[in-house]
Order: sequence, then structure tokens, then C-alpha cells
Amino acid sequence: MIWETLRLALQAILRNALRSFLTVLGVVIGVGAVIAMVTIGNGTTAKVESEISALGTNLLFLRPGQGFGPTRSDAPDFTSRDVAAIQEQIGGLLAVAPVVSAAATAIYGNENWNTTVTGTTNAFLVARDWTLTEGRSFLEGELRSGKAVCLIGQTVRQELFGRADPLGARIRLKNVSCEVIGLLEAKGQSSFGQDQDDTVIMPIRAVQRRLIGDTDIPSIYLSAQDGVDTAKVKRDVTLLMRERRHISAREDDDFQVRDMAEIVQTMTATTTVLTGLLGAVAAVSLLVGGIGIMNIMLVSVTERTREIGIRLAIGAQERQVLLQFLVEAVVLSLFGGLIGIALGLGLAGLASGLLGVPFVLEPGIVALAFAFSAAVGVGFGFFPARRAARLDPIEALRHE
Amino acid sequence: MAGAAPQPSPLIELRQVTRTYGRGSAEVRALDGVDLAIAAGEFVAIMGPSGSGKSTAMNILGCLDTPSRGAYLFKGVEVGSLTRDQRALLRRHFIGFVFQGFNLLARTSALENVELPLIYRGAPLGERRALALEALAKVGLQGRELHQPSELSGGQQQRVAIARAIVTRPDVVLADEPTGNLDTARSREIMELLAELNRRDGITIVMVTHEQEMAAYAGRIVRFLDGRIESDGPEKEAAQ
Ligand SMILES: Nc1ncnc2c1ncn2[C@@H]1O[C@H](COP(=O)(O)OP(=O)(O)OP(=O)(O)O)[C@@H](O)[C@H]1O
Ligand SMILES: [Mg+2]
Repeated sequence: MIWETLRLALQAILRNALRSFLTVLGVVIGVGAVIAMVTIGNGTTAKVESEISALGTNLLFLRPGQGFGPTRSDAPDFTSRDVAAIQEQIGGLLAVAPVVSAAATAIYGNENWNTTVTGTTNAFLVARDWTLTEGRSFLEGELRSGKAVCLIGQTVRQELFGRADPLGARIRLKNVSCEVIGLLEAKGQSSFGQDQDDTVIMPIRAVQRRLIGDTDIPSIYLSAQDGVDTAKVKRDVTLLMRERRHISAREDDDFQVRDMAEIVQTMTATTTVLTGLLGAVAAVSLLVGGIGIMNIMLVSVTERTREIGIRLAIGAQERQVLLQFLVEAVVLSLFGGLIGIALGLGLAGLASGLLGVPFVLEPGIVALAFAFSAAVGVGFGFFPARRAARLDPIEALRHE
Repeated sequence: MAGAAPQPSPLIELRQVTRTYGRGSAEVRALDGVDLAIAAGEFVAIMGPSGSGKSTAMNILGCLDTPSRGAYLFKGVEVGSLTRDQRALLRRHFIGFVFQGFNLLARTSALENVELPLIYRGAPLGERRALALEALAKVGLQGRELHQPSELSGGQQQRVAIARAIVTRPDVVLADEPTGNLDTARSREIMELLAELNRRDGITIVMVTHEQEMAAYAGRIVRFLDGRIESDGPEKEAAQ
């Protein structure tokens, strides 16, 4: 019986193939939009995640204030004594790197280039898992005295030196003449869209004294040893900093310790909001699609009134007629769903090629879209089907 | 009949059946206190002028409709008290219909049209095919099984409809003006077929017709007038 019903439904749909297709266009667009957006969204998220975790999942950031992003707060920066305290008192750390940064124009010969100068220690390279392709990192003495030496990123090298060897050359940053002692390996673009290779790294004291003029430390990078629970490190650092910054038990932290997981969350939150919005658009078009299906099913019931009369006369029960039309509506909208899924995946594949994000197929969302289009069929097919089932056979047989 | 030995209850029995349409001053009495009993194996023709209630009576006999007042007993069961679905089951198992306008499913082969009632009985495909082919053979349509209604003549279409009506081996076939759309020669063929089904297979047949010649094939003629039975008797008497 169910096979008969399915066969009947397919027959009825194929008999009016073009009309059937136009009917399900709404469902096609709705499902297609959801599949495409979710797949592209997942790809973007996967890309961001992989880039951020490439930074090192053991990485923690310590910053004053509570906001996220580049906004400065009133909360005081850290000091070198804070860095020393963390190094001494927190266990399980691989590297603790104080970081200050300043924008500066780097000049070499006739070339100049606006870049960011980061003042830090060798621990920064450890924390960021950053190696040198040429030259060496800072010496203990250079760090202590704040000597004007620097490591440059690939972009800076390219802009200032072209093909020439930068090692040993002196570049000017503001009024500081600084010897290039090392060349950083290429890291490419960060997920925040910055060129990570567009950087100059100097000993922190050199940047503090010569470029900025104070000894504040606006952020500290911490890298936990492998196998160490970053959550515990975070708690320990928080306690230590609360104590050092004299925060009473009632007060909130005036600093933040963030790990990569949180940053990933913040980054992906945007994608989530966007996906949600597009989901709403898709829901509306599914609704419209459903109404389209309901409309065409009502037309179909009217057109086939006599057929329904015949079926009722020869002994079809109400639920059998109901089932027939319901199955037809469901098959119709499942068709729409399938076309939509194919369309959505196709679009996502195209977009992933264009945007350079991976194509992440999520079977769950495909299944959901499939189930959803079935639900649209049931929901919007029910009323026409019930109307068919409740026809009076005598009236229906007399129908022209 | 008073004092006679207990008769087997008739296949079909209308008791003071009234069927009204509309309400109040607009009320139409399509049937007005009709008593009618038809035994298994009879071939009954129903005649009467237009609007006399013949189709209304057929609809009630076919369990498509129920009396407004009075009782309809089919195989001793009071049909008026059954639900829509229960009446559908009665039709499915005991009643075959033949209509004036054939009422075959368009764009569906003769074979599939005949199989249709068996689908609702849940018969498996093989059995369906066999029974449908047998029924089509019985109405003389061998070789036309795969034709669609549009590829068949009116007479052939009505044969398909008759095959569909008898494929479930029903107790009764109800035919409302089965020859109404056919010429005389074709009408005779259909009547021969119905008479043969009645004679050979013992299928009870109730048929509405306007033509005396067609009614003559039946053993009994019931005449309606204004919703009442005007006369009821063997073919010869009624024909006068
Ligand atoms: N659905 C309906 N609503 C209102 N009145 C109806 C309905 N069906 C039948 N009638 C009325 O009931 C009466 C009997 O109709 P019926 O169809 O039974 O006549 P009939 O004997 O079959 O006529 P014909 O020979 O023309 O087919 C007529 O007066 C008709 O107008
Ligand atoms: Mg009539």
C-alpha cells in the first residue's frame, strides 16, 4: 500500500513536472540558502580555528581591563615585576613574554615602510612557536641593556631590502638606528586579517625607552607546557594578579586572562550571528515555499475531485485518501529539499573555492534540511489532503 | 407474506426510506417513504422520469449516502448507523459501481483501472494482476489491457468500468444509467454482459435506465415517481 501510494505520488508529480518544479522553488531556495550559508560558515570557522590553533593552543594572553579587542581601558598596565612574579610563582609555564608594541616607520636607504614594532623577549618566539630562518635571537645582554637590535618579518624584509641580505644592516625606526640580527620565518595572514610578517621585533627595553618612553607592559603572552591544564594556569595567574593589583574580594578583575578557545569563540560568534540571520531568511522562504505547496495541492485536489470520488466510491477510506495527498505533498517538498541541498552544496563549493575557505560538509545540517522539507510537506500538505479525504463521494463523482 | 416460513433476509432492504435535501420551505423530498427489498441474485431495473429519485435511491443502496429517515439494511446491517469509513469498507468488499460517465481514471491503463479496488483491499501485485486480467477477459477486453481510457471507445470504456466493478467479486453491482452514453448496439452489448454476469456468476444487479428495451433484460422493474415507488414487478407485467 505504501509503495502504491508513493508510486501514485510520483506519477502525479511527474505528470506536471514543470508545475511541480515551480511549486517547490521556494523550498529549493530556502534549503539551498541554509545549506550554502551553513557550509560556508563552517568553512570560515574551520579556517579561523585552524589559524588560531596554529598560534598554539597553549597560548594565554594577559591584558589589563575587561574588554576584548584593541580598546584601552583605565586599568593600569603591568610591570616587569609582574612578569617576574609570574615566572617565579606560576608552575607549568613554557614561556612568559611581556609585549609592548608601537607603530613606526622603518627606513632603510631610500625605502621606508610603516610597520609595527613589538618589544618583547625571546620567550615571545617560544610562545608563538616562531623560528628564525636566518641570524639569531636576542642575547641576554642585549635584552638587559635594551640594545637597538631587531628581528624583522618577511614583509618588512621584502619592502626594505628586496632581494638583498638584511643581516647586519641598520634600519631606522623613528630616531633609533637598529641592527638587523635575525629574519623571522613567514607566517602569512592571521585570522584577524593582519599580515603577521609585517613586523619588527626588538628587545622590550629598547622599545620602552627609545620608542615609547615608559616602562609599562600592556600585555603578557603566556605559553603553558604541553599537557598542562590551561584552565588551571589561568586560575593561578588570575589569583596572582588580583593579589598583586590589590583587588579586594568584592571587586571584579581589572585585567583579563584569555586563552585561544575563548578567542576562537569570540571570532566564531560573528559567524554564528550571521548564520542565524540567514537561517531566519531561509525560514521565511521555506514558509513561502510551504504555502506554494499548499496552494498547488489545493489546486490538485480540485482538479482531481472526480478521481477522489472514484476512489472513495470503490472503498477508499478517509485516511487512505489523506495519506495519498499527504505523501504527494511530502514527496514534492522532499524533491525541493533535495534540489536545494544539491544547489546549496554546489554554491558552497563554488564559494569555498573563491574565498579560499575549506569545504566543510556537515551531514547534520543536510539531514536537518531534509527533515525540514519533509516537515514543510506534512505541515502544508495536511490541509489540502484533509480536504480531499473529506469530499463527499457523490458530489465528487458529479464534479466536472 | 404473513404466515409464510421465515424468509432469508434480503440482500438489500429499504424500510420507509425518506431522503430530503435542503430545509424548511426549500426542502426537497427526493425519496418519500420507499420500501424495497432485493434478494441476492436478482437483476432489477429502476425506471422513472427525471427527478423521480432513482439516483438518490442508488446512492443510498451503494452506501454512498444515508437515509434522512427510515432504515437501509444491507446484508441485515443497518447502514445508517455506520461511520463513513465503515461504509467505505462495505463498498470495498460487497459493492461494485458502474456509472453513466464510466468514471475511469484518465491516463491510467485499463489494467490499472481494474486493479484499483484491489489496491484498497491490500491485495499483492501478482494477485491483483491475475484478477484484473481475468475480469478484463470476462468483459471481452483481451488485448486492450494496456490501453488508456482515451484510447478506448465508449462501449469499451464501460466494459473496463464493469470489469472494475466485478473484479472484487462483489455481491451487488449498482449501475446508474450504464448505457446512457452509448448507442443502441453498444447498449445491448453492455446489457448482454450484465445479464450474463447475473446469470452465470450470480451477481445481484440493480440498474437505472430510461430505456424500456434495456430494462427488459432485467427480471424485475421498479418504477419511481416523485420519490415513491409507483410499480414493482416482473419484467412482463411492468412492461404491460
Ligand atoms: N444534492 C442535491 N441537493 C439538492 N437536491 C437534490 C440533490 N440531489 C438530488 N436532488 C433532488 O432530488 C430529486 C431526485 O433527484 P435524482 O438525482 O435522484 O433524480 P433521478 O431520478 O436520478 O433523475 P435523472 O433521471 O434525471 O437522473 C430531484 O428533484 C433533485 O433535484
Ligand atoms: Mg439520476
